Amino acid sequence: MKPAPFAYRKAQTLDEAVALLGQHKDARLIAGGQSLIATLNMRLSSPSLLVDLNGIAGLDRIEVRDGMVEIGALTRHVQAERSDAIAQFAPLIARVMPHIAHAAIRNRGTIGGSIAFADPAAELPACLLALGGEVVATGPAGRRTIKADDFFKGLFETALGPQDVLTAVRVPAADANTRIGFDELARRHGDYAIVGLAASARADGTRLADVRLAFFGVGDTPLRARKAEAALAGGDVDAAVAALDLEPHDDVQATGKAKKHLAGVLLRRVAKQLMEPRP
Amino acid sequence: MSDTALDITLTVNGETVSERVDARKTLVDFLREDLALTGSHVGCEHGVCGTCTVRVNGDIVRGCLMLAVQCDGATVETVEGLSDSGEIADLQAAFEQRNALQCGYCTPGMLATAQDLLKRAQASRQVPSRDEIREHLSGNYCRCTGYHAIVDAVEAVALARVGGEQ
Repeated sequence: MKPAPFAYRKAQTLDEAVALLGQHKDARLIAGGQSLIATLNMRLSSPSLLVDLNGIAGLDRIEVRDGMVEIGALTRHVQAERSDAIAQFAPLIARVMPHIAHAAIRNRGTIGGSIAFADPAAELPACLLALGGEVVATGPAGRRTIKADDFFKGLFETALGPQDVLTAVRVPAADANTRIGFDELARRHGDYAIVGLAASARADGTRLADVRLAFFGVGDTPLRARKAEAALAGGDVDAAVAALDLEPHDDVQATGKAKKHLAGVLLRRVAKQLMEPRP
Repeated sequence: MSDTALDITLTVNGETVSERVDARKTLVDFLREDLALTGSHVGCEHGVCGTCTVRVNGDIVRGCLMLAVQCDGATVETVEGLSDSGEIADLQAAFEQRNALQCGYCTPGMLATAQDLLKRAQASRQVPSRDEIREHLSGNYCRCTGYHAIVDAVEAVALARVGGEQ
């Protein structure tokens, strides 16, 4: 199908984008457009105005400072995939990048767009949650940060207000004690996963601390399995699998029961990754 | 001023083009309907099948997931441009020799996507494995060939191009 008619404005500044969102109540922001244009083509979405963020300078930087990696919202997936700073300081994000869609889509899709869209089956929202990161947004009242744990509110629903523009995501910079894990089960490379798991922890001697397990494809948002996190910190993988506090619904890919089983399979694989020092 | 139709100027296959386009028009529809470049095909129109794959500023993108108005100032290359310049002549010959197409609907996207991998292979002087070729082409559907012949053709060209340079 073809999109319903809409107007288009290419914002030159963040303030202009925020103002346009204020003037047009059903305006939508477009960054990479790799999810939005598909929904426009299928007429699942029909805004009166698209505000293009691609002309705003300075939103595509990757910076490491004060123990945090800040990834500008307009950073393309391919930029993150090839970034030395991401590989060194945000290795979980580097690890997941090849699993996201396909080269042609990673060339265009943005990190900020993926987080703001908040697809519950997507990898990056789960990574942000697993890393205990935060989102930086600018709205009419200025700039604010929102913790990942408070950001994902429901199905495609986030803590962003109607006039907020997500400008960056921040994750703690990895150090020698940072452990990460990732795996997903998908029918075909690049497809949305049936179930996936992004995880981080800190090595504490021979034990793990600050275990964060963020499952995706199992609910309305990426979900932390907090009871399993506690069990895994205690070193007991069997107990962690038994404690998996997830109740996935059936979807087109699998039954909820199968997803729950697969979540346990992934947890065992990812637990092994978390227990090994990073090379 | 109406923002539902905008004037854009871009370079398509080496030629400068200036047109007024509807904001809602996707790049691939613009190429096909306004410029009569019908080599780029329209399949699923939501980024899954890959047959609309074209190059924008040197990188492959989905022609159905980019708006024409977003290409103001950009350099766009379609299968017509890749073909006329001779850049993919060896790849096209390999597709023919290996029976890597039957109906041909996916072929323009396959060629653009495969050339993207082959360019990187040449830059790094590494022949991609068959698994790497499959992974790179995993976003392009072919309903005729079963993919084996396509992987054969891309592998043959990678060996010829990288091998030839060593």
